[in-house]
Amino acid sequence: MYDPTVARLTYRALLGRRRAAILFVLPALLVIIAVAVRAFAGSDDQVASDVLGGFAIATMVPLIGVIAGTGAIGPEIDDGSIVYLLAKPVKRPTIIFTKLIVAIAVTMVFSALPTLIAGLILNGNGQQIAVAYTIAALVASIAYSALFLLLGTVSRHAVVFGLVYALVWEALFGTLVPGARTLSVQQWSLAVAEKVGGAGAITSDVGLPTATVLLAAVTVVATWYAGQKLRTLKLAGEE
Amino acid sequence: MTTIEIDHTSRWFGNVVAVNDVSMTVGPGVTGLLGPNGAGKSTLINMMAGFLAPSTGAVSLDGRAIWRNEAAYKEIGIVPEREGMYDFLTGREFVVANAELQGLGDAEAQKALATVEMEYAQDRKISTYSKGMRQRVKMASALVHEPSVLLLDEPFNGMDPRQRMQLMELLRQMGAQGRTVLFSSHILEEVEQLASHIEVIVAGRHAASGDFRRIRRLMTDRPHRYLVRSSDDRALAAALIADPSTAGIEVDLGERALRIQAVDFGRFTELLPKVACEHGIRLLTVSPSDESLESVFSYLVAA
Repeated sequence: MYDPTVARLTYRALLGRRRAAILFVLPALLVIIAVAVRAFAGSDDQVASDVLGGFAIATMVPLIGVIAGTGAIGPEIDDGSIVYLLAKPVKRPTIIFTKLIVAIAVTMVFSALPTLIAGLILNGNGQQIAVAYTIAALVASIAYSALFLLLGTVSRHAVVFGLVYALVWEALFGTLVPGARTLSVQQWSLAVAEKVGGAGAITSDVGLPTATVLLAAVTVVATWYAGQKLRTLKLAGEE
Repeated sequence: MTTIEIDHTSRWFGNVVAVNDVSMTVGPGVTGLLGPNGAGKSTLINMMAGFLAPSTGAVSLDGRAIWRNEAAYKEIGIVPEREGMYDFLTGREFVVANAELQGLGDAEAQKALATVEMEYAQDRKISTYSKGMRQRVKMASALVHEPSVLLLDEPFNGMDPRQRMQLMELLRQMGAQGRTVLFSSHILEEVEQLASHIEVIVAGRHAASGDFRRIRRLMTDRPHRYLVRSSDDRALAAALIADPSTAGIEVDLGERALRIQAVDFGRFTELLPKVACEHGIRLLTVSPSDESLESVFSYLVAA
């Protein structure tokens, strides 16, 4: 199911591109914000929760997910270099699964780790807020990676669609329109965080059982479907 | 002995037919797939490579369908036309990765790099390679598992004459070893130099098939048109029309030239300078007026 060569090519492609700069910029921004907030407002559980929920989980995690998820396969399909993977006796679902693992790992490293660091800076993990949001980021990393990997497999405009989803749906609708929250990776991951954090520190509109089922379902279905799409990916020539 | 069988295969994109009811068998040795740009050569190769499903018909490798059959890649090596190839890797890393994906390792990769004579630049990044070097590394990646079938899409595009000669020699060797080598080209001379067997594709249809002498004859036996200017057009016309190799001559007053239709290509090309010399006529222009490859192909389709 996992091919180390595909993994190596994928992470080198991911971290070698200019787009990868965003992977470093966003976490750095989060940490800077955390330092600034701590310096000006002192240690405050509510402020810590607002920063981590409002920026880290609502904006940074989905954006990193878009970069890593679509970047794990989209550019290869665009420039045609995916033929070197496809023209091999390697099962196509294996290629997708391997790329998913790499995308998840990259998203986790660049979103969950900075979330933990920012949380510790903000209030020293008071009320378990830092750990809770870190777990939310870890969980969200899995679902986002699967979702955006599928997007990168089926669409040439995956980054645009991914950004629209991440910024408009998750960040805007997800925080403003109650109905949209039920269908939001952000809310599902917050449901998991809710159980970890101190009472009332973190809230989600979705119950934990529903959230868990939806997270698992989205991840599995997206990965399976991406594998199917790759099996019938048409590499039309220049004609 | 590995054979690719294309059986009454068509492929369309929307309402555009790219490949139209083509049947052919590609066996051991070097086969050239010849046709003008946009004729459907890439579509056909993509179907043979398992990257594209036939809309109707079947494309198979020794009787097994190639589409959705990853196991076929144990026997097929592919040199794609597109340039995308993990530019951030060195040539060696790229070929090693291809070897690993075939379940092989460094030794096989090194051997393939030696075959294409790219060892000297194997530790440079692919992004620094010239077109010919990229082509050779692509070859190495396709050869690493010693496939019995090698498919190459326009492999000579953008190569300089020396690189072209090297690659031709390599493909000749592959063919002589009994491998099934198929390459596409829109340049007749390329195909003629390399392929013992030629398949001609025009406008998605299988126009001709056979050894290059037969194809060449079809191409040269057709009526040829020439535009000729000389010091004395009318005297030249009178002398030429007496010979059976000339079917018709028109004096084009606007162009101040002769439009000559020759039926026997070989004989006419010898006749023209001889006649001019005998009558003391100076030839100022001799240009074939329908030598474009497309016109050759359109003649072949009609034949």
